[in-house]
Amino acid sequence: MDSFLLLSTAAKIGFALAIIFSFAPVLIWAERRQSAMMQDRVGPVRANIKLFGINITLFGLLHPLADALKLIFKEDFVPPKADKFLHALAPIISLVPAISVFAVIPFGDVFYPELWNQHFSMDLVGPATRGTPLQIASLNVGILFIFGIAGTGVVGAAIAGYSSNNKYSLLGGIRAAGQMVSYEVTLGMSLVGCFMVYDSLLLEDMVHWQMAHMWGVMAQPIAFFVFFTAAIAETKRIPFDVPEGESEIVGGYFTEYSGMKFGMFFMGEFVEVVTSSAILITLFFGGYHMPFLNAGGWDFSFQAFGHVYLENAQIALQHWGVTLIEVVTWVLKLSLMIWFQLMIRWSLPRFRYDQIMALCWKVLLPLSLLNILITGLVIIWNNS
Amino acid sequence: MGKLVNKPKYTMMERAYLPEIARGLGVSMRHFFKNTFSRRSKSEIVTVNYPEEKRIYPDRFRGVHRLTHRDDGSPRCVACLCCSTACPAQCIHIEPAEYDTSDPRYGYERFPKVFVIDELRCIFCGYCVEACPCDAIRMDTGVHVPPSTDRAHFIFDKEVLMSIPGADGTYESENPRHEPGDPSHPGLTRNHGH
Ligand code: SF4
Ligand code: SF4
Repeated sequence: MDSFLLLSTAAKIGFALAIIFSFAPVLIWAERRQSAMMQDRVGPVRANIKLFGINITLFGLLHPLADALKLIFKEDFVPPKADKFLHALAPIISLVPAISVFAVIPFGDVFYPELWNQHFSMDLVGPATRGTPLQIASLNVGILFIFGIAGTGVVGAAIAGYSSNNKYSLLGGIRAAGQMVSYEVTLGMSLVGCFMVYDSLLLEDMVHWQMAHMWGVMAQPIAFFVFFTAAIAETKRIPFDVPEGESEIVGGYFTEYSGMKFGMFFMGEFVEVVTSSAILITLFFGGYHMPFLNAGGWDFSFQAFGHVYLENAQIALQHWGVTLIEVVTWVLKLSLMIWFQLMIRWSLPRFRYDQIMALCWKVLLPLSLLNILITGLVIIWNNS
Repeated sequence: MGKLVNKPKYTMMERAYLPEIARGLGVSMRHFFKNTFSRRSKSEIVTVNYPEEKRIYPDRFRGVHRLTHRDDGSPRCVACLCCSTACPAQCIHIEPAEYDTSDPRYGYERFPKVFVIDELRCIFCGYCVEACPCDAIRMDTGVHVPPSTDRAHFIFDKEVLMSIPGADGTYESENPRHEPGDPSHPGLTRNHGH
């Protein structure tokens, strides 16, 4: 491990964590504010700071702060007959996988610090030029790492339900486990078509393919639909929020949690929204890809009907500029995706448990298998 | 005998669910963009900023209790215990006492020495008001029990209950009372029988 590697990795981890931990509280706010806007309500306005006689509410942005303060100072109650160790472990288990998935998400192309102020082209890269892909870890198992890690999230919910020594918690835990394990299958199957098209398991390769051809949502619309649905189900949010239900099983698997332990479940849910959105944009919306932008700068020329239009509409950009636009694009896409997820969460009524299972096994799974078949046929037809 | 439930018939489009989801998303997005990017007038917001703005409650709203006054400012209550008997939450506690022997009301009615309502236990059913034969207890104040962090603040005694005016600002009740000595008074006492 040389210092360049160490430094760049630390910087990237810092960036990813900053994204996660700034998005999570803002999401708490966005969820309240956005739902208020959708339902013709006022929205959060109560939390305020009084400065020189003026109440500063920042559109309710202070609410997450107040939430955090409240949760930290609240009594941390553990049921007397609960398994103390597992009870404390469960929130950690459900939060950590959601965060660690970020390790393989690319948020920019390879960055060469030495060439930062030059007009980048591949010729400039010599054998001695050190570049770092803007992605914490480029694992050769790529997307499988995501499945592996995200799959452990179910353990957190199940343990929380089991260790609380509460029947409602146990039921909630079982529901969560059943739902997540079922949708895990669909989640994996829906992406097989993508692997066939992208011809790789590496997320950066997938983004490159989309930059060279077209966005995944156009190449694999069925896979997008199925994966999107399954991803929402994995986050256990409305319309798939049966693991909790005030009228049937109280708070579900986190009934017996209070204080910051509950806060971790709460935050884990929002982090999951962020990570699932990150995966979605990487797989289906070209990741950090900005249309008409390539490594050298903007290039608006395009070919249609055998004719090249806007041949000279090019704006050269320096390497740092291109990288910056890519990262900003990625953040914007991420925000839009999250916004859309919240939109769905506040528009749809929840499913019944049998409907959730039927949707998974009878609709989405056959659909993803069909998608694999169609994709295979198209690829064979294209190659012959 | 079983009853046939007529289930609504859904069209193919509705059963496919996806088009309906898109339609629903369209509705919420329309509201979202309209509310986010244009100034909203007060009438377009369906909620109120509660403590600062209040909705007008209907006349029959059951607020915090009050004990109505007689013309001389004493409680109308005759300590008959009807209300505390009717109360399903058993949150009314009354200790009756006799008037002084020189008082014209002596032997005719009693008065509550102690009258306490635990507003935390009360379920605001209004049975006490229904039960009262003298129109002495009312819930027409139009206000809620004020919040507090101390449980003791919710134990309303006679003085507190008598200090709360009705929604119209008066402490009396519009129903007439026939005090002993009034010409309209029937003149019966407990000792003389009916
Ligand atoms: S409103 Fe109902 S519960 Fe409350 S004091 Fe009257 S009778 Fe009791
Ligand atoms: S308030 Fe009415 S019902 Fe209750 S004790 Fe007094 S007179 Fe009787």
